[in-house]
Amino acid sequence: MKRLQLERLANPQLLALVAVLLINWLLFPNFFRITWQDGRLFGSVIDVLNRGAPVAILAVGMTAVIATKGVDLSVGAIMAVCGAVAATMVVAGYPTPVAVLAALCVGLVCGLWNGFLVAVLDIQPIVATLVLMVAGRGIAQLITEGSIVTFNEPSLIFIGTGSFLGFPMAAVIAVVLMILVTLLVRRTAIGLFIQAIGVNRAAASLAGIHSRMLLVLVYALSGFCAAIAGVIVAADIRGADANNSGLWLELDAILAVVIGGTSLLGGKFSIPLAVVGALIIQAMNTGILVSGFRPEFNLIVKAGMIILILMLQSPLVGTALGFFKRDSRQATPK
Amino acid sequence: MKRSLRPLAATAAIFLIAYAVSVLQFPGMLSTRVLGNFLTDNAFLGITAVGMTFVIISGGIDLSVGAVIGFTGVLIAVLISWLGFHPLVAFAIALGVAALFGAAMGVTIHYLQVPSFIVTLAGMFLARGGASVITQDSVPVNHDFYSAISDLIIRLPGGGRLSFIGLLMVAVFLLGALLAHRTRFGSYVYALGGNPVSASLMGVPVARTTIQIYMLSSVLAALAGIVFSLYTSAGYPLAAVGVELDAISAVVIGGTLLTGGYGFVLGTFVGVMLLGLVQTYIIFDGTLSSWWTKIVIGVLLFLFIVLQRIIFAASAPGEESPEKV
Repeated sequence: MKRLQLERLANPQLLALVAVLLINWLLFPNFFRITWQDGRLFGSVIDVLNRGAPVAILAVGMTAVIATKGVDLSVGAIMAVCGAVAATMVVAGYPTPVAVLAALCVGLVCGLWNGFLVAVLDIQPIVATLVLMVAGRGIAQLITEGSIVTFNEPSLIFIGTGSFLGFPMAAVIAVVLMILVTLLVRRTAIGLFIQAIGVNRAAASLAGIHSRMLLVLVYALSGFCAAIAGVIVAADIRGADANNSGLWLELDAILAVVIGGTSLLGGKFSIPLAVVGALIIQAMNTGILVSGFRPEFNLIVKAGMIILILMLQSPLVGTALGFFKRDSRQATPK
Repeated sequence: MKRSLRPLAATAAIFLIAYAVSVLQFPGMLSTRVLGNFLTDNAFLGITAVGMTFVIISGGIDLSVGAVIGFTGVLIAVLISWLGFHPLVAFAIALGVAALFGAAMGVTIHYLQVPSFIVTLAGMFLARGGASVITQDSVPVNHDFYSAISDLIIRLPGGGRLSFIGLLMVAVFLLGALLAHRTRFGSYVYALGGNPVSASLMGVPVARTTIQIYMLSSVLAALAGIVFSLYTSAGYPLAAVGVELDAISAVVIGGTLLTGGYGFVLGTFVGVMLLGLVQTYIIFDGTLSSWWTKIVIGVLLFLFIVLQRIIFAASAPGEESPEKV
């Protein structure tokens, strides 16, 4: 679980991120140029941080969920719901803190609902979260009454487009969230409990872990993260789009988590590396755009990436490269 | 195999009650015209859902079907309109491509031992991206064959019409039911969904069956793409986005257990019809917005999942959580 500092620096995810950034630099020599303008940093790299933030935030919650051998398909829909809540409340005249707080609470409630289905009713995570994935966008449209609610409240817009010490606000929020959650799971026993549930829930319960409560908490965290991402996305475009906000982002978040080395079979996870995964996805995205390819190539590149990672993660290849993938096999329950 | 017919009966009862309530409110819904359109408008969803039923009975899931429909539509439109192929040749090519695609996913799922949802997710990206790379615009199809097919209708008394694609869906459902309940392949699928380890110990060819299941799902999705192309006379890379969710919902509402090993192809038919009923009701009502469709489907999905838990609570006791994804 805990590796040496040196090993951590040389891990494949960071190397991949560096490689993608270098390729971008080769394609687009100005890629690393950062300028200071109007009290904030500008440049492609900053743009990667800014655009990657929503997926990175989703990935924080998704990592915990996948570590328990679950998956949360509803995060994109929760984003739409929470963005709609924040936007309509601001338009209705509520102050921004109240609107944001309400949106976060709604996200938390959505997460608790998922957790209830998974932990108490014992429904497969993929199905349990499918309910909200299907219904969520309908609920979001119900809140916005079918239109795109636009707003001009500067304090709410600041969350999406503002800057803190020159860095984009969205990226700052993502980093703070990542650090807080990482500390929470790594400095307490919660991370260990989550892994135990992911490896074998029945055994974890027998060992005295409150697996039900912990699962509910994990899904609540995922809903909460989705709410933050939803508010950021809504604030960024100054409007809540129930149809398109967070569309397919659940898949990007899962991909980010998988790139981060978290095993889909549960039991092994890393939140910071999932955030690095989100940055890799965004860096590729930006790279494809700046090099003049059509954005559709993105989907194919992503598909290729999933297949590559699956091959690296698979127990078959793991046995072949026994010395290299030792800890991933340890997480495989069979 | 048939431990209980209760979920199927429950779905059928709910459909009949919902239909009766709708008819009481809008007498116009009890016409052959509406019933005929039920079949036509849901044909592509129904055909997809048959394949999805097999995948889910085997304990897996296929997220790529919507993208395969979109890809097939584009491929056919390009082959016919740009390259001048005959539609039947284009259909054959599309089905062949889909079979290879499904086989590749099945191979990956079985040999790399990864959850089906992540593999089919990659498949979804690949098919959607492939379609968008071929063209970004809607490609119209103007071919005599297409108009000939759309003229193939059986008129019913009362102004109703049974279209070719509606009847094709019914045929696919009947064949699917035969395949599931009357063939060796069907038994293998159920065995695999019940418990893959015991299935393989009993001599079920797990690798071959897994590959065949995903091939079947992709081929049926391609057939649905053909139907969609006949239905809209065009190919569009973003067509049928989210159909995988509708198909999964229809399968679950139709009483198939998402943990695998139990389900009915004909139940899925009722599930598809129930989804169609929700949409038709909302159109008839006129004041409800289309977003209610999603909410109602979500609620139905939830109710049926809970129903499944209650019915099967006795047979799957205790803390054991479902292992398959």
